[in-house]
Amino acid sequence: MKQRFCANMAMVALFAIVLTLGISVSLNAGQTVTLKGSDTMLMLGQRWAEAFMAGNPSTIIQVTGGGSGVGFAALINGSTDICEASRPIKPGEIDKLKQRFNSQGVEIPVARDGLAVYLNAENPIAELTVDQLRLIYLGTITNWKEVGGPDQRIILYGRENSSGTYSFFKDNVLKGKDFAAQTQTLPGTAAVVNAVAKDKFGIGYGGAAYAKGVKYAKLKQTAEAPGYEPNLETVRSGDYPLSRYLFWYLRNKPQGDVKKLVDFVLSNEGQEIVNKVGYFPVK
Amino acid sequence: MDRYQFKPKSKVREFIGEKLIALTALAALIGIVLIFVFIFKESIPIFVDKATQEEVTIDRMVFKQTFYEDEDAKWIWQPNSDIPKYSLMPLFIGTLKAAIIAMLFATPLGVMAAIYTSEFASKRTKEIIKPVIELLAGIPSVVLGFFALIVLATFLQNAFGLTFRLNALNAGLALGITIIPVIFTISEDAMTAVPQSLRDAAIALGANPWQVSFTMVLPAAMPGIAAGIVLGFGRAIGETMIVLMASGNAAISSLSFTDSIRTFSATIAAELAEVVFGSPHYSVLFLIGTLLFVFTFLTNLSGDIILTKLRERLQGRMS
Repeated sequence: MKQRFCANMAMVALFAIVLTLGISVSLNAGQTVTLKGSDTMLMLGQRWAEAFMAGNPSTIIQVTGGGSGVGFAALINGSTDICEASRPIKPGEIDKLKQRFNSQGVEIPVARDGLAVYLNAENPIAELTVDQLRLIYLGTITNWKEVGGPDQRIILYGRENSSGTYSFFKDNVLKGKDFAAQTQTLPGTAAVVNAVAKDKFGIGYGGAAYAKGVKYAKLKQTAEAPGYEPNLETVRSGDYPLSRYLFWYLRNKPQGDVKKLVDFVLSNEGQEIVNKVGYFPVK
Repeated sequence: MDRYQFKPKSKVREFIGEKLIALTALAALIGIVLIFVFIFKESIPIFVDKATQEEVTIDRMVFKQTFYEDEDAKWIWQPNSDIPKYSLMPLFIGTLKAAIIAMLFATPLGVMAAIYTSEFASKRTKEIIKPVIELLAGIPSVVLGFFALIVLATFLQNAFGLTFRLNALNAGLALGITIIPVIFTISEDAMTAVPQSLRDAAIALGANPWQVSFTMVLPAAMPGIAAGIVLGFGRAIGETMIVLMASGNAAISSLSFTDSIRTFSATIAAELAEVVFGSPHYSVLFLIGTLLFVFTFLTNLSGDIILTKLRERLQGRMS
């Protein structure tokens, strides 16, 4: 009986080994390309992946979010092929990439994005200057009255400090200064939009693609200048004050499936998808 | 056939078998010790590393600091900044505020429910109430957090005219829901464990059911209730998902219950994903983890000690 038990165990073990080998072989057989990074670009990445896989059924593309910082960390760890980022790579991250892979990394701008400022649809304010926006988020201006609105406290919404959107806003609007302590940080642009949609006197910022149920504030450089909403012309022409590139980062020059994917993304068809999702083409 | 015959086994096999079982029992203990060691290890640079100490010291985490010339000394948590600011006080205040609100909400409800179920409810009602309250403990905290974020926050804002939709009150009430079952279960057990002979004696002396419950059972079970409160407090401090979703996550040092808060646990959850490996910020997050670990460990330990003492006392009386 004991012998039979041993034989059974051996069978089970053998089966397990065959199974694991089988799975790993099948994973290697279907070429998998992984994209990881910016939550802002998650929707865009998924649309690209769907369209690309429709034309290339043998390639599997996995898209995950987490934030630009998470994407760079994964690129450095080697756990993703492509990092989607809504901010340029930091010097510290390039250093790490050099240490690990002896490579500077490859930067590919894949789309342009206007960072929108959201207001509740019922808020009478339509325009803000970049200066006012800065003072609001620094906590110097705390009442809508001070920018020509009702006598109500301004409720600040922002992103967690792991997001590229946070860094972009901090660098370009706040000029590197700290957000007011009262800023409520929420995980993801969708959460910010949702909060502003529910909060009559709220203000938030994020990618232009997500804004449903809220209105965009028109932004202007100075009090006299005309205000612009983030849209194709204003972002492309640079009239809209808050626009940025969205990037893909790779460890090395793209090859094989990855190269096919990059070519697809930069093609007219790929850039058409950018438009549909609500961002702006690079060309 | 031979299934039912106990054959004498060899001493060696018995020895090995026993040790293996002991090892599995010890695995949890070893696990806890290892977790503590590894979490604490990551925070050690704060105490020894010179480069880390230029950015953050225990002093700077606890006391008010002046960062810009024209400003007063303040507690500020701004780890991603030109001048990183790592004051733990706003987070500490936030954590405490959420936990206190949760306790103020959950303790009366949990204890009263326990008195009702153990002293007044009929057997049938008891069979319904007990599992239903214990079912509360099984609700995933992310679901409660979502509920607080979407429903409770709107309700509270409309009902009390609050400036901030997501605030300490909102998060604290949602936290309270997770703690009610902890307090209820332990209090109820303690009250049920009060010997029937005590109740009989009180009734024989002419006490009515109210007097029995409040002047006899409640004091006798008090250590158990205290243990429930302590364990519930530990849970409130460590709970993450609810506060991450419902508290607004703004690190403000104020005493108002209607301001937004940022708690220790939510800070770790929100920031650890991005932080540069080995940076001062990374060490600080692990130090916060160590603090949470030590705190919940102490609350659980003291809760357990109180319960063991109570059990001994009640059993001592019975004999």
